[in-house]
Amino acid sequence: MFFVDKFEIFQITAMRNPNEIVADALNAIHASPDLPNLEQVKAAYLGKSGQLTELLKSLGAMPAEERKTAGARINEAKQAVEAALKDRREALQQAELDRQLAAETLDVTLPGRGVARGGLHPVSRTLARIQALFRSIGFEVATGPEIETDFYNFTALNIPEDHPARAMHDTFYLQSGELLRTHTSPVQVRYMQTHQPPLRIIAPGRVYRCDSDVTHTPMFHQVEGLWVDESVSFADLKGVLADFMRNFFERDDLPVRFRPSFFPFTEPSAEMDIGCVMCGGEGCRVCSHTGWLEVLGCGMVHPNVFRHVDIDTERFVGFAFGLGVERLAMLRYGVDDLRLFFENDLRFLKQFN
Amino acid sequence: MQFPESWLRNLVNPALDTAQLAHVVTMAGLEVEALTPAAPPFNNVVVAEILSADKHPDADRLRVCQVDVGEASPVTIVCGAPNAAAGLKVPCARPGAILPGIEIKVAKVRGVESFGMLCSTKELGLEGAADGLLVLPEDAPVGEDFRGWLNLDDTLITLKLTPNRADCLSMQGLAREIGAITGADVRLPQVQAVDTRIQDTVPIQVSASEACPLYLGRVVRGIDAQAPTPRWMAERLERSGIRPLLAPVDVTNYVLLELGQPMHAFALSRLNGGIEVRMARAGEQLELLNGQTAELAPDMLVIADASGPVALAGIMGGLPTSVEKFTVDVFLEAAFFAPTAIAGRARRLGLSTDSSHRFERGVDFGATRRAMERATELLIDICGGQAGPITEAVAALPQRQPITLRLARLKRVAGIEMDADQVARDFAALGAHVERQEDRLVVTPPSFRFDLAIEEDLIEEAVRLFGYDNIPAQPPAAPSRMLPQDETVLADDTLRQLLIDLDYQEVITYSFVDPAWETALDPDARPLPLANPIASQLSAMRTTLWGGLIETLRHNLNRQQERVRIFELGRVYTSQAKQPMKLGGLAYGDGLPEQWGASSRRVDFFDLKGDLERLFGHPLDTRRGTHSALHPGQSAEIWINGRAVGWIGALHPRLVQAFDLPAVPMLFELDSQVLSQRALPHHASLSRFPLVRRDLAFVLDAHTPAGELLTALREVAPGSVQSIEVFDDYRGKGVAKNQKSLAIRVVMQDTERTLTDQDVEDAVQKLVSAALRQCNAALRA
Repeated sequence: MFFVDKFEIFQITAMRNPNEIVADALNAIHASPDLPNLEQVKAAYLGKSGQLTELLKSLGAMPAEERKTAGARINEAKQAVEAALKDRREALQQAELDRQLAAETLDVTLPGRGVARGGLHPVSRTLARIQALFRSIGFEVATGPEIETDFYNFTALNIPEDHPARAMHDTFYLQSGELLRTHTSPVQVRYMQTHQPPLRIIAPGRVYRCDSDVTHTPMFHQVEGLWVDESVSFADLKGVLADFMRNFFERDDLPVRFRPSFFPFTEPSAEMDIGCVMCGGEGCRVCSHTGWLEVLGCGMVHPNVFRHVDIDTERFVGFAFGLGVERLAMLRYGVDDLRLFFENDLRFLKQFN
Repeated sequence: MQFPESWLRNLVNPALDTAQLAHVVTMAGLEVEALTPAAPPFNNVVVAEILSADKHPDADRLRVCQVDVGEASPVTIVCGAPNAAAGLKVPCARPGAILPGIEIKVAKVRGVESFGMLCSTKELGLEGAADGLLVLPEDAPVGEDFRGWLNLDDTLITLKLTPNRADCLSMQGLAREIGAITGADVRLPQVQAVDTRIQDTVPIQVSASEACPLYLGRVVRGIDAQAPTPRWMAERLERSGIRPLLAPVDVTNYVLLELGQPMHAFALSRLNGGIEVRMARAGEQLELLNGQTAELAPDMLVIADASGPVALAGIMGGLPTSVEKFTVDVFLEAAFFAPTAIAGRARRLGLSTDSSHRFERGVDFGATRRAMERATELLIDICGGQAGPITEAVAALPQRQPITLRLARLKRVAGIEMDADQVARDFAALGAHVERQEDRLVVTPPSFRFDLAIEEDLIEEAVRLFGYDNIPAQPPAAPSRMLPQDETVLADDTLRQLLIDLDYQEVITYSFVDPAWETALDPDARPLPLANPIASQLSAMRTTLWGGLIETLRHNLNRQQERVRIFELGRVYTSQAKQPMKLGGLAYGDGLPEQWGASSRRVDFFDLKGDLERLFGHPLDTRRGTHSALHPGQSAEIWINGRAVGWIGALHPRLVQAFDLPAVPMLFELDSQVLSQRALPHHASLSRFPLVRRDLAFVLDAHTPAGELLTALREVAPGSVQSIEVFDDYRGKGVAKNQKSLAIRVVMQDTERTLTDQDVEDAVQKLVSAALRQCNAALRA
């Protein structure tokens, strides 16, 4: 306001030297602290009754010969003031923005706000991986009851009562006489009862054995598989399972071997071993220093199993396999204690998120 | 099955080292489970005799011994063992010997120079008592290398045999099998018929001839039961895991291991009259060799005399008629019991014996007499005595029928063509009779192969001998068909993923639980009990997932976790017919993880309900209901399509206390099937006309649920009403006590035309009058 008053005094004196006015204006502009003040400064020099506007108005009273040069001088002065105003305005705008940005600056190193995320149990994770691999070559997923009858769990699978093979399955019985399935093979029987070959299924799920120590939990998970068609052979069985193990462990050079074994529901039967994924076959505690890990049982479906579900054994052949999910999870993720899977300690579970 | 390698090599000795042999045997289906050295490595230990043992001049507990180590002059050894005495034969480690953990040097012991160490079992790393020097038999050869003399450079082989290979449960059977696999010569034990010196017999009557088609008995009189078992026999028994007891018993055990024929020796004087093989009678009992008294069932086969059962056939002999130190006359038994007559009985009695293990799987009925002769020969060699004639009761023995193997079928199952002549030779090497025809082999298996009965058995055997490793692994060719993808069903994995995104951690808990939890959560629950649980807290099938979730919460609270959000997708069990899949969840602690940007607040009912609504993708129909496990004022039943499908709520304070929880967990459980059913989206045309919003505030009784008002409004809403939602629940100043104000937003839009003021007014009027009528809710002034 002080400046404005001063200029008003100058107005009265009139016809000052434009250069002096410019010098004053530039001083005022540079000294202007903010945008509203700058607009007042602008009005004082370039407004309707601003000093340079008044000077311009006074040209009319001048002789024609002086008017031209004076007019040019005043215009130059006007342009100089306008340029200074523009610069100052931009500088003040920039300063204003800088102030705003500074005021709005966050500590970007603070953690993000929000909700946490849970995770899949490692057994589910492993099951999903197994299912994805088998689905990729056309296996469908089938499920079935966990409380089973003796027929589906044993008889239909060629395990008659008192057969020594039943001792291989430490079975939980309900007081009602039914049992907790010892494998997911009953699902295959149920599926074959209701579907005609060709069939390609895997049956994942919980199974139960009456056994509990460092290496056994009374409940665990299995995936059993079945392929029935007019021409599948033991060579195909080897091909599919070797392909699976190599893809599961993402190791193209994973050694595999098949050993003769015995299961009542398959013949020929085999145990599949893979080269120890812990020591690379050198021998370690996990593979009992043999370099091999037993990972899966398999074989060609026994004709007695087909007979129980009315599948023509002359027309169709098939192979079946069963694997323990926890065992594969332990090998894949380096878990060294089976019991961890069912303690559900969040510190353990979160390692798989 | 465990046995020493040296015994096997005695019968068949292929040119393979121990590891190679183990590999070959494993790959033939007889899995080698373990190879254990008979003794830990040590060297420079000889058999020595203590000539004199004098007290050490400067130490009370030490003795200075003069020891004959088989050299020209004795050596001096200082010994601290209390049993060191002149005349004993003991193992002696010479200077330079390396024992497990020690190296032996010449050293001064309290001023006396000692040239070696006399050893106990402990210093040699052997089994057995270590309370002094290992005393060797008097006939131990002084100066001989201790390892060599005791055959300690031997390996114990442990096989894990599958139940179909009963024929390999003996050294003879294993030798035969390894001969067939490797082509090595097999030298089976030579057995001579023993001369009969006496004519005594025991009459034998077999009343259960189907269960016992063959029974051989023989009397041997005048034995010395206390005669020492020869060292070679004791060593083989011990290295096969059988403790030598008394010579006649050792002989029968030895024949069991060598030939696979379980035998039994009765003390003749304890038998009352003739032998009868029959089924047990109801109520009969038998005191067994192990001291246990067995309650016999009518499906159990017994050997009986005139007074009753004297042995459980094929399983275990009876104690009263067993051979003892002073037994002079014995009655030897060798029989064939049908597998079906033995199987399962031992297990029912809580027994598993070497004998029952073999009879259940099948004992060679073609070699019974040979075993009897072998046992008699060994018994008389060791214990003396005179043998009577063999009495034999024979009925219909199993017949080995010819089996046809079609070569085309073999190729189809194996996936590879095999040389038929080679297959025929392989079967012959197994002891089968083979007839080669143009497109098939006709194979008659030997008596010891109980596992060969149908064509598949022969296919397995052919492939096994061909070598599983020699079958190529080929990717199968099959027609490419796509798998069905039901778009209206949400896969379980997708459901899990949704919950994970809502900050729930998946858990997997046991399907069997403590029945006390079940009844605590629901007094009406009738969890199915297990007949043979492993522990009482795992003895009943769960009827809800909550027990496992709460237990998981407790486990984690005990490990200093303060915020637990978990879910499980699994079955609950009410009967064989009803085992539905459920989704259960639990949230405990703060609603959000502790963070700088949000104030902490405990998770509540609406957090959980919001999670479920996100899971379903639409608002939930929840109705007040009573569940014994839940807080009566903070629980609701979830309804979908007119059906109650689950529960949500806070754990009842009574249970919070019973489970000893520091704060209240929120719980939900639903049928997972209703969650996985999703409608197929169907496009409806979009309205081009403007939306109209009207906010209505109703004042009503504070206890009337908002859901009731919403239902009343939605029921009467005209078609142009798109949505009716609550956006505020206000109580307090301006609203009477016991009343609340619910603010409702109504959104209207027509697809055909712009709604007029009159349309909107009419709709609002309808809603307002329904609110008043149904819920006694008045528009707030």
